[in-house]
Amino acid sequence: MPECAGDTAPNGGSPERADGHGARILVLGYGNPGREDDGLGPAAAEAIEGLRLPGVRTHVNVQLSVEDAADAAEQDWVLFVDAAQSGPEPFQARPVFSGGETAYTSHALSPERLLGICEQVYGRQPRALLVGVRGYAVGVEEELTARARENLDEALRYLRAVITRAAGLGAISRRRPDRSSLVRIPGVAARAGEYL
Amino acid sequence: MSTSVEGRGARTIVIDPVTRIEGHGKVTICLNEDGTIARTRFHIVEFRGFERFILGKPYRQVPLIVERLCGICPVSHHLCAAKALDVTVGADRLTATAEKVRRLMHYGQIVQSHALHYFYLASPDLLFGFDAPVAKRSIVGIIAEYPEIAKWAIQIRKYGQEVIKATGGKKVHPTSAVPGGVTQNLSVERRDALRKDIDQIIAWSAEALALYTRFFRADAQRHAEFGTVASNYVSLVRSDGAMDLYDGGLRAIDADGRKIFDGLTPIEYTAHVAEEVRPWTYLKFPYLRAVGRERGWYRVGPLAQINCCDFIDTPIAERARQEFVGQGHGRPVHLTLAYHWARLINMIHAAEKIKDLLYDDALQGTDLVTSGTRRAEGAAWVEAPRGTLYHHYRVDDRGQVASANLIVATTNNNEAMNRSVARVAQDYLSGREITDALLNHIEVAIRAYDPCLSCATHALGQMPLIVTLQAPDGAELARRTRA
Repeated sequence: MPECAGDTAPNGGSPERADGHGARILVLGYGNPGREDDGLGPAAAEAIEGLRLPGVRTHVNVQLSVEDAADAAEQDWVLFVDAAQSGPEPFQARPVFSGGETAYTSHALSPERLLGICEQVYGRQPRALLVGVRGYAVGVEEELTARARENLDEALRYLRAVITRAAGLGAISRRRPDRSSLVRIPGVAARAGEYL
Repeated sequence: MSTSVEGRGARTIVIDPVTRIEGHGKVTICLNEDGTIARTRFHIVEFRGFERFILGKPYRQVPLIVERLCGICPVSHHLCAAKALDVTVGADRLTATAEKVRRLMHYGQIVQSHALHYFYLASPDLLFGFDAPVAKRSIVGIIAEYPEIAKWAIQIRKYGQEVIKATGGKKVHPTSAVPGGVTQNLSVERRDALRKDIDQIIAWSAEALALYTRFFRADAQRHAEFGTVASNYVSLVRSDGAMDLYDGGLRAIDADGRKIFDGLTPIEYTAHVAEEVRPWTYLKFPYLRAVGRERGWYRVGPLAQINCCDFIDTPIAERARQEFVGQGHGRPVHLTLAYHWARLINMIHAAEKIKDLLYDDALQGTDLVTSGTRRAEGAAWVEAPRGTLYHHYRVDDRGQVASANLIVATTNNNEAMNRSVARVAQDYLSGREITDALLNHIEVAIRAYDPCLSCATHALGQMPLIVTLQAPDGAELARRTRA
């Protein structure tokens, strides 16, 4: 797992900003809603979908797939939301950049590798954050645990802050985002950890 | 992948699991003392159990349960179950909207599944060569070295998934087919979104076929010989002889193209097809009763679909079919690797059918479900991406499933896969050093038929599994039986 960048959001002063165009933002929540807290990612995406925020699309998947790269490559920002099996509560966030190996079966893909596919196939990659919402149980149930639900509420507040900030930036013209395009959001806890 | 050497005298080489096959298979090659191959078997080591655990479930839940058999072709199980249960609710003729929504979903499934099978799982062998390093021969390698082809792969598969979502509510496990019809039509908004890209999808599919035929011609000898076996073929065919992947009568032809039967209805299926159980695998061995157990085995899937039909009713695919059948010189095309060729023709056909349906106003109709006099029994079939899929249910007076029988494409191809694997083993492994590259030739043969084994294994408890190690003289070295 790459180094944690702490609490991150788009840098309002970035020279990459393209005035006059709204940012395209994709919230990609993944996990298995049939396995209790593993459904945190889809629950987050569905909650954001319910807000009907302008310029924001959502997508739910059990796991990341190669086809998600086609959607991701069209975005300025992709906010990956997954459940975190361990690590800090209520959630953790870190920027994601292209890299990593694709699992040989192509069944499971990391956010880093998905961004790499964006770059290799479509010639561009969006800026991206991975938000890992802390979960506690992965039994065969369709409900989130109460503690996970509380963490989800906190994560949703963070995601809304990120979306508001990103939307204000407009479209991104630079081909390869890097760490300089990220800044901290004060008061939001976000640290690296393990992800489900 | 692992290789092991066991026993005294006879050495057994085990390839387990077979990579880039979804699910698990096992191939056992029993060698003689002199290193030649005594026997080759392709094993199925998973069991399915769906027929058992849907017993007692309300019949309306069945299309939603059985689609969980498979992550690659769930739509086929979803639709086949709904079709079989149409019979039990007396829905002998669906509304035009329901019929066309289901067909559209099915063609979306064909497109996405064939794109996955060909581009993700099979094309690495063709682009990098059968002997290339395993790590390179994957979709990862394609993305790195052939990004344009990777784009075709991603966009074509994604389009198929979008068709499924538009008609079934979800990309992977749709929910809209119910006994007697569907629960939704195709909205104008979704129709218009799909219309925008369909011409590009057809064009990319045609380019993929052109690329494949270049591979074929560049290495025609290997394509002609690799795992090739002459066989009978079985597929659905429309009443006028056209290829029909969603419905129709069942046609069987022999290795010379002569009809064995034609126009079979689903309820007649088991009268014409029997299943043999062998103790070393969970997968049964179907055969045509009229031909007999020894010679009645057959192949299903894209190769069979094109060999069996008289024509294809979409123009680009029909032109491609005519070129394809020329390879048979008056007989069916028996080349095992030509499964991929046929698969791409069918992908084009499905994309062309999608385009036709997207301009059919019946898809926006609102009459979605019909019913009639209840029956206790229903059977149906579809041509799933891997071949003929058959579902047969009995429903009791309380509306609960009393019995179920699912015969999937992989089962239909079981004997053929074993023979192709044996042919490849004879051609590439006998008397040679056992290497990963050589072993991969066996996987290439299996992948021509099927990337998916998880749905093909039978009900828990119905079939014994016996593992036996034999010496060259037939003496049993070890045995383990699982009841």
